[in-house]
Amino acid sequence: MLRAAEVTFSYHALAAPVLRGVSLDVPADGFVGILGPNGSGKTTLLRVLAGTLQPASGRVSLDTMDLSRVSRTTMARRMAVVPQDTHLAFDFTVLEVVLMGRYPHLATFEVEGPRDIAIAREALAATGTRAFEDRLFATLSGGEKQRVIIAAALAQISGSGLEPGILLLDEPTAALDLAYQLEVATLLRDLQRRTPIAIVISTHDLNFAAGLCRTLVLLKDGLVLAAGPTRKVLTAENIRALYGVEAEVQSHSGAGHLVVVPLRRVAPGTPP
Amino acid sequence: MTIRRRIAVATTGFGLLALAAVTLAPLVGSTTISLRRAFDWSVPFADNVDAQIFFVARLPRTLAGALVGAALATAGVVLQGLLRNPLATPFTLGVSSGAALGAMLAITFDWTLGIAGISAVPAAGFVGAACAVTIVYTLARAHRRGLSTDVLLLAGVTLNAFFSALILCVQYFADFADAYRTLRWLMGDLDVSSYQPLATSFPLLLVAFGVFAWLARPLNLLSLGTDSAETRGLPVTSAQRRAFFSASLATGAAVSIGGPVGFIGIIVPHLVRLIVGSDHRVVLPASALFGAAFLVGCDVLARTLMAPVEIPVGVITALIGGPFFLWLLVRKT
Repeated sequence: MLRAAEVTFSYHALAAPVLRGVSLDVPADGFVGILGPNGSGKTTLLRVLAGTLQPASGRVSLDTMDLSRVSRTTMARRMAVVPQDTHLAFDFTVLEVVLMGRYPHLATFEVEGPRDIAIAREALAATGTRAFEDRLFATLSGGEKQRVIIAAALAQISGSGLEPGILLLDEPTAALDLAYQLEVATLLRDLQRRTPIAIVISTHDLNFAAGLCRTLVLLKDGLVLAAGPTRKVLTAENIRALYGVEAEVQSHSGAGHLVVVPLRRVAPGTPP
Repeated sequence: MTIRRRIAVATTGFGLLALAAVTLAPLVGSTTISLRRAFDWSVPFADNVDAQIFFVARLPRTLAGALVGAALATAGVVLQGLLRNPLATPFTLGVSSGAALGAMLAITFDWTLGIAGISAVPAAGFVGAACAVTIVYTLARAHRRGLSTDVLLLAGVTLNAFFSALILCVQYFADFADAYRTLRWLMGDLDVSSYQPLATSFPLLLVAFGVFAWLARPLNLLSLGTDSAETRGLPVTSAQRRAFFSASLATGAAVSIGGPVGFIGIIVPHLVRLIVGSDHRVVLPASALFGAAFLVGCDVLARTLMAPVEIPVGVITALIGGPFFLWLLVRKT
């Protein structure tokens, strides 16, 4: 559905490219994780997928249509981005923040109607933040804020008939403690179970990705190191090549997914 | 409360306040006049002293206060939204100084637009303001997450110093009478003594307010950050350009009428947000109306506090705004 083919990108014409021929496929019911060390190009790839950055070469397409030819509004009704953290410049209430997601559905001077408010409340309910509706966004905890921003993203891609929507999350748990990480993981899993939605997350939390994602793309220095189903890609060899860390990968019966236990740091590329 | 209702309530409330300020302010002064006699149309205007004082002597000044107050308050709101920093204002960023330099060049050298001798003062003010905003905007673009308060304040101090030096330079070349006139104006002076400066600035203000109306929702989105605004479908660059153009226009027009009156752009939006929340669709019209009422009120103080001596209104707003700004700065850090 959303597809990147041989995408290359650099922030300045003279700088080394951040992405070097990256290909990625997000199916309609996909849950894709982009993994990689800091500076490997995860966030850049997400921004290219979101249409915020235009690739220097290669192409990004949505339903076989080139992304650069999809209108800004259509794209926004279909795809929503959840950034790592959100700081508001002014004090908005939670409901106001979620209603901002309705922007691409309204004409220039149109105001949000009862239907938009209903959609926003539904999104708040889906993320368990309905009770915060009238609170100021700035007074929420990190995890609560993240859930509200996910609600805003849901409100953005709901009710346009253009389904399934796509949710792109940039390191959604980087700023959260363990409890909130679990909370967000559960929320994302439940969301996909209930609504037709494709989810792409970038993260460097291997266990978070292992528990959620069906497919993984491992990025290193802007190149795809490995890609495919989580169980195939998340191996000790790949982790060593990706991070230069010796790790044990086990299937955890309690968690029901692969678990990565980092053991020690090794020089990348050394044989086991 | 729905957004439509919130806009209606805020506009009505602050509108009544502005209306009261504009009708009552002309009654205050060295000669006491009666509102009823001023509006008594049965007496011919030539014989109605109260009406003459009201409409000829005092109303232009009051309307000048209302227009300048509305323009500077909303320009403050727009600059704050554009730079994602609630401490941005036309005055502290040096935008007012830029406008003052432009307007002053036009006053000193008697520039006209060449069309029926229309004064070039507001247009020159706009160009000066636009230069200052361009510099700030360029700085801001280098910082994706919005301009930090430190950079913002330093940029403002630098621009203010730079434009002040040029203003002094222009003043040095002006003749004595002009120099005195512009000095008063630089302190913030609403004594326009005719409707003419209002008429020349009004078209610019009208355009600015029109763009502000379009900007209300984009400014809401921009407070989430430029990336988030863009992925919600906002054409960010064009919205930023419009914000920066219209804020310059409003500041240029306002400064050409009343000089660089300070701190309106921070006091008014802050108080308004405390009452109506942060949605720019409510904040912008409410700030325009409250800004009008506020500056008219300050001007009444300026005229009466040490009567018969008139204090420049810019001194009054600075005396209120300076401590207010410092308090915000301390509270923020």
